Order: sequence, then structure tokens, then C-alpha cells
Amino acid sequence: MAHSARTDCPELPDFFLLKRLARDQLIYLLEQLPGKKDLFIEADLMSPLDRIANVSTLKQHEVDKLYKVEYKPIVSTSDQLCFLIRPRIPTVKWICDVANADKAAGRFRRYKIIFTPQKFYACDAVLEEQGIIGDVTTDEWSFYLLPLDDDIISLELPEFFRDNFLAGDQRWVRTAGSALHLLHSLYGPFSKVYGIGRCSKMAYESWREQVEEGEQKARQAEIGKVFLIDRDVDFVTPLCSQVVYEGLVDDIFKIKCACVEFGPDVTSSDKSIKVMLNSQDRVFNEIRNEHFSNVFGFLSQKARNLQTSYDKRRGMDIKQMKTFVSEELKGLKQEHRLLSLHIGACESIMKKKTKQDFQELLKTEHSLLEGFEIRESISYIEEHINRQVSMIESLRLLCLLSITENGLLPKDYRSLKAQYLQSYGVDHLLTFANLRQLGLLVEQQPGETLTVMESTVGKLVNDRTAGKLSDAFSSLAKKSNFRALSRKLNLVPKSDEEYDLRVPRDMAYIFSGAYVPLSCKLIEQVLERDGWTGLEEVTRLLNGHEFAVTGSTGADSKAKNDAQRIILVMFLGGCTFSEISALRFLGRERGCKFIVVTTAITNSSRLLEALLDNLV
Amino acid sequence: MAFITANWNPLGEAFYRKTELYEMCWNLKDGLRDSLVAAAPYGGPIALLREPLRRSPSSRPQLEIYSASGVSIASFPWKSGPVVQLGWTVSDELLCIQEDGSVLIYDLFGSFKRHFSMGQEVMHSQVLEAKVFHSPYGTGVAIVTASSRFTLATNIDDLKLRRLPEVPGLQGKPTSWVVLSQDRQTKVLMSNGPELYILDNTSCTAVVPPGLSPQAGSIAHMSVSFSYKYLALFTDTGHMWTGLSHLQEKLSEVDTKKTTPPKQMVWCRRPRSQQPSVVLMWDRLLMVVGASQDTIQFKQLTPQVLIDRLVYRQFYPLAIEVCRYLKIPDYQGVSRVLKHWASCKVQQKDLSDEAIARAVCVKVGDSPGVSYSDIAAKAYECGRTELAIKLLDSEARSGEQVPLLLKMKRSQLALSKAVESGDTDLVYTVVTYLKNEMNRGDFFMTLRNQPVALSLYRQFCKLQEQETLKDLYNQDDDHQELANYYVTASYREKRLDSRLSLLQSAVDEYNKAKNEFSAKATEEEMRLLRIQRKLDERKGAGLLGLSLQATMEALLALGLHKQAEQLYRDFRVPDKRFWWLKLKSLAEKEEWEELEKFSRSKKSPIGYLAFVEICMKSNNKHEAKKYVSKVTPEQRVKAHLAVGDLEGAADAAIERKSDSELAAVLARCPASDRQLLDRLNRAAATAAKK
Repeated sequence: MAHSARTDCPELPDFFLLKRLARDQLIYLLEQLPGKKDLFIEADLMSPLDRIANVSTLKQHEVDKLYKVEYKPIVSTSDQLCFLIRPRIPTVKWICDVANADKAAGRFRRYKIIFTPQKFYACDAVLEEQGIIGDVTTDEWSFYLLPLDDDIISLELPEFFRDNFLAGDQRWVRTAGSALHLLHSLYGPFSKVYGIGRCSKMAYESWREQVEEGEQKARQAEIGKVFLIDRDVDFVTPLCSQVVYEGLVDDIFKIKCACVEFGPDVTSSDKSIKVMLNSQDRVFNEIRNEHFSNVFGFLSQKARNLQTSYDKRRGMDIKQMKTFVSEELKGLKQEHRLLSLHIGACESIMKKKTKQDFQELLKTEHSLLEGFEIRESISYIEEHINRQVSMIESLRLLCLLSITENGLLPKDYRSLKAQYLQSYGVDHLLTFANLRQLGLLVEQQPGETLTVMESTVGKLVNDRTAGKLSDAFSSLAKKSNFRALSRKLNLVPKSDEEYDLRVPRDMAYIFSGAYVPLSCKLIEQVLERDGWTGLEEVTRLLNGHEFAVTGSTGADSKAKNDAQRIILVMFLGGCTFSEISALRFLGRERGCKFIVVTTAITNSSRLLEALLDNLV
Repeated sequence: MAFITANWNPLGEAFYRKTELYEMCWNLKDGLRDSLVAAAPYGGPIALLREPLRRSPSSRPQLEIYSASGVSIASFPWKSGPVVQLGWTVSDELLCIQEDGSVLIYDLFGSFKRHFSMGQEVMHSQVLEAKVFHSPYGTGVAIVTASSRFTLATNIDDLKLRRLPEVPGLQGKPTSWVVLSQDRQTKVLMSNGPELYILDNTSCTAVVPPGLSPQAGSIAHMSVSFSYKYLALFTDTGHMWTGLSHLQEKLSEVDTKKTTPPKQMVWCRRPRSQQPSVVLMWDRLLMVVGASQDTIQFKQLTPQVLIDRLVYRQFYPLAIEVCRYLKIPDYQGVSRVLKHWASCKVQQKDLSDEAIARAVCVKVGDSPGVSYSDIAAKAYECGRTELAIKLLDSEARSGEQVPLLLKMKRSQLALSKAVESGDTDLVYTVVTYLKNEMNRGDFFMTLRNQPVALSLYRQFCKLQEQETLKDLYNQDDDHQELANYYVTASYREKRLDSRLSLLQSAVDEYNKAKNEFSAKATEEEMRLLRIQRKLDERKGAGLLGLSLQATMEALLALGLHKQAEQLYRDFRVPDKRFWWLKLKSLAEKEEWEELEKFSRSKKSPIGYLAFVEICMKSNNKHEAKKYVSKVTPEQRVKAHLAVGDLEGAADAAIERKSDSELAAVLARCPASDRQLLDRLNRAAATAAKK
């Protein structure tokens, strides 16, 4: 579209190999249990599995029936049961129940559990405790990475976020390290690795360890640089309403594994349609990174062009018509179908989002980001709760207020919390405890105590023993310092200038020109400076844990090839489509390409839902 | 000078001569008669056991190990049972296969290493014959028992015994047999009289060698080449057949005119042509038979194997020199030598722990691929725990230290090393170990000093052991978490009384934690639960467990306004929220009269635009219009727009001279309404001028 894209962007590596490796290994594992077997698949593995091996492939390897794991007694008549699951204790427990029920009924079957991407010791412990460790065989399917698109790879581990950042359970860190190791061995060697965040540092170390253990093969690098970032370095960005098409579609229709289900209101029929959203979809590919306000105009232009193409048929002779039908018509029809779907989606979004309400919501968010009219924003949030608009949305606004303001005044905190609890239940006391622990929603402490605590904690955080800080202690250290960061990095452009969203001039277009995502800004700055030099104040405000390491192979002179302009960004704890759009924009501006690897695609509601602890 | 061709003898068209490479230094009185002999390949050591079946305890047979040139390396009396076969593994270990199926393993210096058995059933029916074989999977052992059954293990270092299927008609031992390694499978080829069979895991298949003349007779002897590619069969009529070992192609067939089977028959290469050939040996006759085929190259003796062999003989300096000379990468070469050296060093009994640890560290340094934990494990195996701990200190990867530390019962140290490694799974392993090993109090105390381990264990308890979680918080006096625990527990509880008592515990703990806010919120929840129960009993309202807001909503929906308002007052619900709630509820039930009454009950804390909008939401423009006039001036334009009254909106906007409001009206104004458009544009122009 209107982007002044540089033409010298390098080509992305081909990630199809990742799928093939995963598929081959799965088939090998299935063949380890020869003969017909029923396969039970963990619910949230269904979609990722579908991208790797379809039903007929599974059937070819003697999978008889497929079931979703539903934590209920099973009805299978097969003598062999195979379970394809995440290493989660409740699932393992359920398998124990299945096996023990068979035992009680005097039924003999073979059981095989395939853990993906790895098995945890705790799983074995449960099997042992339930007395069935001798009855099952276990395997690991090292399916770490699912390519969702040319430039998006997902670990499909949404629980990474809660486990790691809330529960302090670092079991997935090694998984992240292994994923990086896999990419390194296929597309490396990386010449430079940057990162920020405690988890990033640990993942980096785990990866280094694996590199040292294995053999190194000299090969031409396809990916030159890597940037690792913890989600808790930037909570502001994922809490903002998304207004770029792909993000908006995710917020409203929920994209799952690069696939969205458009309901009858979009398809204008009585059926729902599942659509893959990736660069293969030519229509989508052109609008995914656009600010929503441009999308409709673009689509109608596209519709007119399409009509012109169809109109070419008039006045054709038979031969021309034959060529038209065989060469063009199919493509046009395909485009037609996609176009009408996206127009439908757009209409549906407009119905929801162009109303006054949404405009006011965005205005409040922008005020919070700028730090203006805070009292008005607080009233807005209060009204939001009073009107019972949405449990999650209210919470999101509360968090955004807290992070941008470095916590709420005690008076506001208590009154808003009380309103929230009365509205949505007292069990949310636990949710608030979680949000407090993560530093997402906190009460400002009286000035004096904070500074003392802060300097103590600050010292400790720099110390190597930082990892041993107790949770309560570290939550105090989690001051967001957003305002100071925003000033330092110029995250909020001056509001008096007009921002033409059709011709974005910086990454702020992602949020209607109101805010440059902190995560992406950090990446831009570090790449520009080739490290953290000059950003000392910024890293201090972010609680440190930054690093920049030159790889062992970085010295070779040939490294100045295209690979150095392919940058892999790994988000630990999830990233949003808006951030991906921002990085795509940055890539076009700088003549490089970004590959986003994330533990999962997230957005504000997924992030907050992961922190809920209401049980009703 | 002697005539140069003097020692050459004619053999057919070719000539040969005999040269002595070296003299065997051994002094064998009785030669090799009545002895079991095994020579390791590539000039490896030779093992000799005289009269292996001599059973009298008074005169035990002697087991001797010689180097390839006959230098004695070890010699000791054989005290174990009768041996049927000797053999060497790929790593120069001596296998002694006994009649009862047990296999004893010695190193080349004659020290006993370990033993294993070829299976229960062998014990009852003695081993008749055994073979040691090599394949890419390692060294294997195959036996045939007196009950005519074959059992084999493909790799003795990863022992998996396989009993092969029964062979029809076989009694006692077969006439002859060999082990084949083909297509990643180990098979046995055997002959029994005129029959030839292939035995694999599941089946016994009769086979016929292609092109073997029908009058050739039964197979009396067979031999397979080192690479398992070629096979030679000798029949009782003196025919020798050679071919590929998968029995799909014949190479040659020769009538040797000798009807007694040869004592030995092996594959070799003829020096000049490099052609694979078979050497047959009778008492006084040696015969070489060529099998016309392309060159075969045996590349089994790789530099790796060579270095291993030097290492097994403890020629460390030489091995290192060879590695450097051959430029073998460190982790395959020097490091391997050092690793072996260090494992040997820690067994030196005459040196102190200090001295050994120092010597090892100096020499090994940080050579890639040498694991200090492996060396330490060796030291621990030899009973030197202190040395093991010293060596572990040099292990850079903390994770590697953990298993041994646990084994040595240094669990606290193991835990901190596991935490240091960052491998959560390892931490968890140690935690579980500690849990079973320590008493509860000590266990909790240990965890307290390791926050990572503690949070991990908490996670586990949340899913598996709720009660333990409570104990953990109790011990730490963590009242806040304890309170949260009670809240969680209360929601799992079905019975109201139990739920209330859990919530009361939560209140107590919140108070102890000085968290007044949460204590109060929890108390209110208890109060609400009691009220809900009462209302449910009297009115059957189904309120129990709902939030306060949802309770009021439900009451309003049921028309129980009085009760809803009672809650509103009791719980000091802010006016605004209650007004929104009541507004929505009345509109949903389309009680317009009630709504109007409500709007007049006092000045609306949420203004009147809300009334307009809510009526419009129910598509009741008539009702909505009633409230437009009550809206504040700031919201008037919005209100008019909401009911679709453009004129009114335009009037209000013009009156207020606000350009944003004018723009909002303009945006909604249809192009057909020229008059209104003009008015608005004029007003907008004046507003802009200001």
C-alpha cells in the first residue's frame, strides 16, 4: 500500500523444515507402538497438530480413532491407547485414572504417553504415585516450534506466561532454550545475541549450554541476530486496544493457530467459516498491518479492481476466453471469496468499534499513555465498572492506569477494587493478589518507605543472587517507571501534530500515532546501537538483566551477508499482532526482516485471563 | 648375498614366500590343543583357557591373556564354572561364556568387571555352543542350548535378550551356524542336515542358496565375512559355495574334492588383487578360493579404534601423541584419552585425595568433552567420597553434579546445585528426593532457603496436595497466602456452613496479615452468603454464590425491588452503580412507567443521557425522547443524535458553538438536506474564526 518499502530487504529463511522434522519424528514415535491404536490428543494440541500431520497421515500410521482429552472416562475399544499431551499434571493424572479403571475392570491394554515438547520429572512422579509407571511407556515429541506464517513461529505454550512470571516456576525456560537451539542449529550460527529480562537471560544460558554440549557444524548462517525479551519488560503494549487489522481481528474474533472462525454475521450466511490468516491470503496480506481506518477504503478499491478484471471477459473470443477461464478465473474467484470475507469482517468490526464507546475508550487509553487528564480517566474506568461493560476490559483499564501511573493512590485503589469485587465476586481478591505480584495493578506506597525499599531492592537486583529474591520482595521492585521510560525513549509523540495513518512515519501508527510500543522501541534502539550502550538509564528503569553477546563465529568476515539483516526476536511470555506489525514496519524502514518467535500469540484478554483466579 | 628369489615358492601361476613378522614370545608347552582361544581383531590381545571343561576343583584351568606378540599380560586360575566360549568385545573386554549361560566380563588386564546371564531358561538346559559377534550396535553374544533354542543379545552394553523361534526338527546342536547382521536386524543362519534356515525375531524360514547344485549335499560348515556381506558354505560332498549373505546372489561354486569339512574357514583379502577370498584349513592343507567380485574395503580400524586400543592398554602418552599427530579433534581424541586416564588415576590407592584431585585438575583442565562428574562418579564407585566431592567442584555445569551428589546423600548441596543449573526439572527431581528422605520440618526448612525450589513445590502442591500447601504457609507464618488459600478452598466447598467457616479462617488470617481491606471484603462476602441463603429459602431465588451485583440484578429481575434496595443500602453500593443497574433492569423488562418514576425519584447521579441511550437500545424512541430535555447541555447534542433528531442536534450544536460537536452533527447529516448542511457549515465557519 502506501508504504515506501525499501526494495533491498533480504529473503526470509524457509521454515517448512521445522514442520517436516516435527512430522517425521511424530511418525517415528507412532510406529514405536506398532498395530492399531486409538490416539487421545490434548485439546489445545489439536490445532498445532493439524498443522503438522493431518488425519489421513495419522491413519496411515495405524491410528484408528482420534479423541480429544476431556478428563472423562473413555469409551475406546482398542487394545492400544496412545496419548499425545503437554506435560501437565492434571492430564497425567487423568491417564492414571483411565489405566487404573481398566485394571479394576480386568482389562489389559498397552498405554503410551507422548509428551510434547518434553516430559517433566513431575509427570513421572505422578505415574509412580498412581502405581502405573510400569504399565505405560513414555516418549517425548520435541515439537518445539510451529511456524504460523513466513515470519511468525510459535511455541504454542500459553501457560509459559503464568507459570514463569506469576508462579515463579521456570520449567519452561529450558524449553525456550531448546527451541532457540533448534533454530540455531538449522539457521545459525547467530553472530549476535541481545536480550533483556531474567527469563531471557536464563533461556540464553540454557541455549549456550546446549550448544556447548553438542557438535558444531560450520554452515552458512541464515539468521544473523537474535533479540530475546521478557513479556514483563513491557506490559503496556499488550494491554492497549489493538487497532491494526490483524490485531483487531484477534481481539474480536480470536485467531487460533493462524486460523480464525468467522461467524454468520461476517459470512452473511447461516454458516461459520474457518479461514487461514497468513501471507498466502493475498487480500489479508495487504491489509494485515494497516491501521483499521484505512482498511475499508482499501478493500473497496480492491473490489473495484476485481470487477474490472472480471469485466475483461466481455468482448473476448473463444480462445481468449479459454485462457481466461483456465488461467485467471480461479485466482479471481479465490480473491473474490477472500475479499468478501474480509469486507464482512470489516463491517462486523465497524459495527462494534466505530461507535462512540470505542472512540471514548481509545481516548482514555491515549490519555493514560500521555499522562493527561488522569482524573477523567479514573472516572471513565469507574463508570466502566458501574455499567458492567466487561469484567476483563475493566481490569485491563485498571492495569493500564496502574502501570502508566506507577500504581494507584490508596484511595482510588481501594474504592475501585471494592467496586470490582462487589460486581464480579470476592473471589477476585485472588486475581488482585496475582496482579499485584506481577506489578500490573498496585497501590502506591507512602513515599518514604518506598524509596528505602527501592534502593535496597535495587542493589539486590543487580547482585547475582537476584534470582533468590522472594516473590513479595521482587514485586516491590516491579515499579513500572513507564512515564520516565516514555520520556527517555520518546514513546508518546507530541499530540499536537497531525498523524496521517495512511503514511505511517514511525511505529506509533500501530496505536493511531499515540504510542510507540516499548518492546519494539527497545529492539530498534539496541539494533541501532549494536548493544545497550547509551541506554543505561533505560535498563536501570527496566530493572536490568540486559545482555549483548557476540557469537563465537561472529568474527568471520563473510558474516556481512544478508543473514545479518535477518533478526529473530523471541518474546518470552507472548507477543501481540500489533508488535509484529510494528516490527514489520521497522524492517521495511531499515531494509531488514524480523522473524518473531513467541511462546504464544497474546492480547490483552489472553494476558489477563491467564491471571484470573476466580473459581466460580 | 643370497639369491633373491630363493625363498619364493610357486603356487599355480603365482609365487609366494613366507616371512616371519615377529616371533611369539610365549612358551606354550602343549601348543593350543584342548584350549579355548580367542584373539581380538586387528592384532589385539589373545586369551587362552586350557581344558575349559575340567571340572575337578583340585586342578583349576588357567586363564591367560597375551598380547598379539605373545607377551603375557595376565594369568590367573579359573575358579568359576565350565566355559564354552571366549571372545573379545570392541572395547577389548574379554567375554567368558559359561555352560550355565552366565557371561563374565574381564578387562584386558584380567580384572573382573561384571557379569550378566543369557536368560533363565538357559540355566536348565546348558549352552552347547556360543558365538561372540560384532556389529555397528556393539558386541553381541549368541548361544544355542541343549534344548536346541537360540538366544541372542545384539549389544551386551544394552542388554536385551531375544529368544529366537524354534527350528523344526532340530535336536541338539545344528550342524553349523553363523550370526548375520543385516538390515538393522540380527539373524541366525543355520544348517541342520540338508536344511538351511534363517532365524529372525519372529520367524524361522527355510532358504536355499541360489545356484547351489542339487547334488552338492548338506551344508557342513559356513563362514561369513567381517562386514556380513559375503557368505561361504561348505557341503559334505566337498563343494564350496560363495555368495552374498542375503542369499540372493551366487559368486562362485568350487568342488574342493575334500569331503571332510575344514577345521577352519574364514574370509580374507588376497594381497595383490584385494579380491575377497575364502581360506580353508584342514590338518595339513591350506586352500585359498577366490570369489570373483569387486574390491571390498574394510575400514573398521578407524583412528578412533586405534586410540581406544592404546588407551585400554594404558599407553596414555603414546595415545595423546597419536591423537596430535593424526590431528583428531580434541573431543574425539585427547579428551577421550584424558577421561580414561583420570578414571584410572582416581583408583590409585597410594595417593591422597588432595594429590589426585590436583593431578586430575592440572592435566584435564577444561578440555572439552571431559566431564568431571563422570570422573567423580568413578571415584565414588571406588569408595572415595571425599575425592568425588573435590572433583565435582571442578564441574562447570552444576546440573551435572546433581545425580552424583544425591547418590552420595549430599542432598542439600544437590539442591543448591540444581537451582544454580536453572533446570527446573532437575530441581524438582531433588525436591521429590528430599521429600521422601527428610522429615517434614527439615524438608520445609530446606525449601525455605531455596525460593525457586519452594515455588516449584508450591505449584505441585496446588495441583496435588492442597493440605501440604497449607502446612507450608503455616510454617512460614505467611498469613496473606494462607488467607488466599482459605478463600480458594471455600470456593471448592459445596456446603454453606463449611464454606463460611473457611471464609472465617480467611478473615482471621487477613487480619493477622494486617490486610484490613481483604478482611472486610471477605466478611462482606460471608454476610452476603447468609442473606442469599435466607432469600433462597424464602423466595426460591437461586442466589447463592452470586456476586453482590449479580444478586441485586437477579432480585430486580424477579421484581423484588425492596430486597435489592436493602442490599444496596446494606453494602453501601455507590449510587451510580445502582442507578445503572436499575436502569438497565427496568428497560430490559420494558417497565417504562416504573422507569419514568425512577428517573424522578431524585436527581440522577449518572445523568440522563444514559436514560436516552438505554431506551434507544430497546428501540423505544418514544420513551427516549422523554429524557432528551433533561440531559445536561454538554451532552445534549449526543442525546439528540441518539434519538435521530438531526434538527435538534444541529440547534444544540450551533447554540454551543462547539466545532467538534458541529462536526459530529455534520458527519451524520445527509447530503440531500442542503438547508441544514448550510446552516451547520456557516456555524462551523464562525466557530473556527473564534
